[in-house]
Amino acid sequence: MMTTKVYVPRDSSALSMGAEKVASAIALEAKKRGLEITIIRNGSRGLYWLETMVEVATDQGRVAYGPVKAKDVPSLFDADFLNAKNHPLSLGLTEKIEWLKKQQRLTFARVGITDPVSLDDYIAHDGYKGLKKALTLSGAEIVKAVTDSGLRGRGGAAFPTGIKWNTVLGCQADQKYIVCNADEGDSGTFSDRMIMEDDPFVLIEGMTIAGVAVGATQGYIYLRSEYPHALKVLNEAIAKAEAAGYLGDKIFGSTHTFNLEVRRAAGAYVCGEETSLLESLEGKRGLVRFKPPLPAIEGLFGKPTVVNNVISLATVPIILDKGAQYYADYGMGRSRGTLPIQLAGNLKHGGLVELAFGVTLRELLYDYGGGSATGKPIRAVQVGGPLGAFLPESQFDTPLDYEAFSNIWAVVGHGGIVAFDDTVDMAKMARYAFEFCAIESCGKCTPCRIGSTRGVEVIDKIIAGKDTAKNIKLVRDLSDTMLNGSLCALGGMTPYPVLSAMNHFPEDFGIAK
Amino acid sequence: MQDLETKQDLDVRLGALISEHQHMPGALMPLLHAIQDNIGYVPESAYSQIGKALSLSVAEVHGVVTFYHHFRTHKPGRHVMQICRAESCQSMGSEALEAHAKKCLNVDYHQTTSDDAITLEAVYCLGNCALSPAVMMDEEVYGRVSAEDLDALIAEARA
Repeated sequence: MMTTKVYVPRDSSALSMGAEKVASAIALEAKKRGLEITIIRNGSRGLYWLETMVEVATDQGRVAYGPVKAKDVPSLFDADFLNAKNHPLSLGLTEKIEWLKKQQRLTFARVGITDPVSLDDYIAHDGYKGLKKALTLSGAEIVKAVTDSGLRGRGGAAFPTGIKWNTVLGCQADQKYIVCNADEGDSGTFSDRMIMEDDPFVLIEGMTIAGVAVGATQGYIYLRSEYPHALKVLNEAIAKAEAAGYLGDKIFGSTHTFNLEVRRAAGAYVCGEETSLLESLEGKRGLVRFKPPLPAIEGLFGKPTVVNNVISLATVPIILDKGAQYYADYGMGRSRGTLPIQLAGNLKHGGLVELAFGVTLRELLYDYGGGSATGKPIRAVQVGGPLGAFLPESQFDTPLDYEAFSNIWAVVGHGGIVAFDDTVDMAKMARYAFEFCAIESCGKCTPCRIGSTRGVEVIDKIIAGKDTAKNIKLVRDLSDTMLNGSLCALGGMTPYPVLSAMNHFPEDFGIAK
Repeated sequence: MQDLETKQDLDVRLGALISEHQHMPGALMPLLHAIQDNIGYVPESAYSQIGKALSLSVAEVHGVVTFYHHFRTHKPGRHVMQICRAESCQSMGSEALEAHAKKCLNVDYHQTTSDDAITLEAVYCLGNCALSPAVMMDEEVYGRVSAEDLDALIAEARA
């Protein structure tokens, strides 16, 4: 007789709501009642307000219950949840949950469905089809597929991925590298973490395809130290891929070699900037490098290097598997494909929503996010992390599209959306933006190193109501210097949150609207 | 993580970690992580031995250790509590949580409680932003943390 399969996520956000205790309680209760069950530790479906979300496999599909606490477990058994019976926490068939049903999950196709560290599960759900296809193509053909898909860097800069790859492909060198930027430091973002914890093989496959395409034999995942669970999952997945012959020499019996290693970052936000990241990987302080030379030409240890974000690389397998056109058919304008959007901050229903570009902020905040968690009006949202602009309600109809955001002096960035209710003090948020820049500045260029500290001081004067008009002008002058004179986006984009707060919410700075 | 017994103990453990890591490309970061994982911090007295093995000056080693927020040069408490200060957590009341933690523990950031139980640190994003405010105790993340939840975490760490 087949035992009933029960799914309890191992994703760290689910763990943060007690998933480990729920899993233990279910195992204990089943034993007590003499029931045979198999507990599978899957990834999260990304409906985080429902974590811990427990699922039971049935003939009709998986049935969900949530949010489950350990203390709810006996009553779930009493209600016979193992046979999908009703309980106050019933959510019905998982696939039919409106929030999930409307999504277009391409990069996140397997997330929450599979056991993250089961290679068999990965392969049973279309895993490694992209790499197998890639191994039948030339490097130039693989690069062309990525270029034709329209994929742009999902880390925030939105540079066309295929063009980067093509530069590395065209370089002659004895060694090339693939570096995955997994230093996801933007507040309001967690899609990289989810891929690494919940579907690590898709990242491994994407990096392997990149290596095969450009002729790189060594890859590094530069992982932030704040993600200890992702580290464990990645290392376990890499070991399994090596044992199966999917990493190492002669991958899949081909002539290609690709080795992969995870390197831990150490809590410096600026190391998410690609040249600073490379310095750090080389064992140095994470000082930003001047460009040129581009990392694609002189990158890690001076060799041609592809540096891509986790989501960019994890999207490559489906592009190779289903074709460039399949991916490019999603999206709008020059923003092709889908974006894994992260709903965060003061929202009732926070989580991961993958949709084609073009969805508006308003749809995301209200149809998906369910409005604010506190029940108060949403006054501002920050899109794209600590260097992203604050948007007022009048801009909520902007579609998520790189160019549409650029037109209103905002950025899509890594797709993180942080909502604030009407208790937010925007002058305080502007001060925080400068403070964060001061804490995280690498110190190489003056506008960022000194400008950030001076910015905090001037905002403090504005908050204290001292010479407001004069000091507002000073902040604008300072922002202009930082925008135009900084070496990288840290100093160069700190003015986005500062000036957008000032422009859209002047009343918080003691100036007329 | 095991406490250091003597200066000799440090030399022996350092020596083993150095020989395990020194031939990696870009060895310094993995080595510093290994030292902190093993000893709990990176003692300044280790700089010259590290430098010698990797052909770096003491100043270069010091520069790297102090550049990164994660590395510490002094022994932490038995537990490290990190409170997220980033925007998403601010939108859900992390400032009040920070104030509560500082008051209960009677320490500021980067300090350790008098009973040596908890070192308090600020962190900028734990990737748990849909469940803000977030706190990390050692390597475990907690979401939607209330003042009462924090009290319970502190009590558990002190038990």
